[in-house]
Amino acid sequence: MSAVAVSIATAFRLIVGGDPVLLRTVALSFAVSGTACLIAAAFGLVAGAWLAIAIFPGRRVVLLALDTLLALPSVVVGLVVYLALSRSGPLGSWGILFTPAAMVIAQTILVVPVVAALARQVVADALRDGGDQLRSMGAGPLLGAMLLLLHERWAVVTLLLIAFGRAVSEVGAVMIVGGNIDGVTRVMTTAIALETSKGDLPLALALGLVLLAVVALVNVLIAFIPRGRGLAVAELR
Amino acid sequence: MATAAPAEPVALITLRDATVSFGDVCAVRGANVSVHAGEAIAVVGANGSGKTTLLRLLHGAVAHGGVRSIASSAMRQAMVFQRPFLLHLSVLNNLRLALWLGARRLSVDERRARAAEALQRVGLFDLRHRPARSLSGGEQQRLALARGWAIRPDILFLDEPTANLDPSAKKEVESLLASFAADGMTLVMSTHNLGQAKRLATRIIYMDGGRIDLDLPTAEFFSIHSGRRADLFLKGDLSWSLD
Repeated sequence: MSAVAVSIATAFRLIVGGDPVLLRTVALSFAVSGTACLIAAAFGLVAGAWLAIAIFPGRRVVLLALDTLLALPSVVVGLVVYLALSRSGPLGSWGILFTPAAMVIAQTILVVPVVAALARQVVADALRDGGDQLRSMGAGPLLGAMLLLLHERWAVVTLLLIAFGRAVSEVGAVMIVGGNIDGVTRVMTTAIALETSKGDLPLALALGLVLLAVVALVNVLIAFIPRGRGLAVAELR
Repeated sequence: MATAAPAEPVALITLRDATVSFGDVCAVRGANVSVHAGEAIAVVGANGSGKTTLLRLLHGAVAHGGVRSIASSAMRQAMVFQRPFLLHLSVLNNLRLALWLGARRLSVDERRARAAEALQRVGLFDLRHRPARSLSGGEQQRLALARGWAIRPDILFLDEPTANLDPSAKKEVESLLASFAADGMTLVMSTHNLGQAKRLATRIIYMDGGRIDLDLPTAEFFSIHSGRRADLFLKGDLSWSLD
């Protein structure tokens, strides 16, 4: 049996047997990325709705910057958060570097632009259909935009799943600010990187399979969102 | 002994030299018109004549030049659009949302009762838990009317409310509008259908090229020969749409 085949077999054994290290790593990944997405949703959805309706000097520049931030390199985010949270940094007194909290901050910064940019697009499209009607009914601009997010809630779910996929699969930022400490800040992506470098391919592969399954599940969920509801975001992808 | 002169009808909205432009295009120019309490006004005219823009101008939904004055008794307004925008919510929740936005002084119980009353009035109460977007075109327009009526507006604006409906749905909507008018609600509607204007309106405003060309009581509008383009418009439309 080849080394790869052995690795795959071991990987399945770890998954089916519920290996505690594997489970702990997967649970932390979900906790960190899920929390980051929830925080990003709170800021990003409001920011996106506001950007869809706001008129101010330099709006085009802001939108261009937001679109640029969609491709924000995760290592750059990791570096900036590291500098901010390190002992000599402006937020050093918080003492949260190399903790899951630092990883949540880094991933939140990474996915807020994703949520905001996609939410802006969703609201802008919906405004063309319903903006006049909502204003006529007495909704102010921001309330109207928020109501349109409620109206397009399936598109919002889609964009949050996209954001979660981005967060859970990134490695650079969480490696830098989390430090990949076993049992404390080790998540799936950092564990895969570490185990691969150590030559422990079965665990790396098992984690890779779980990560792949998570991403596949996210895509399945997106596919199950009724067409015409998640469409606005689906077209952007 | 001197007898009291009949009371002047209250002007709810007055436009003086009002103009609306979209870029280089002047959609409404020099509009001078008043809307009085209890009137049912039909704004008619060819495509692009400025009917919808005049309606939106009266409603206060577009930026304009000139003067638009509004009486304190006309602050509560509603508008029904040609293609009503309904949220991905149930029929009942669409109505509740409209009441929440347009009649916030009402208590939750009052809003609930008002929503049920409005749905009964337009015959949609049994469909109240259906997704609003799954209704037929006529039902959606009736829901839009219920949404407008529910807040008890001082003026209800209607932008071609039956334009996309089949004859039976048109009839349903028309009979609802007639009942609203009979209750004393002030209606201002744009329409292509002169038969509908004749049936529903007490006054007709004819728009041509962004200007108010004629503004007459309904009977007078259909009987005079103005020697203007309105005559051509009447001839062209009367031949097929006046019952």
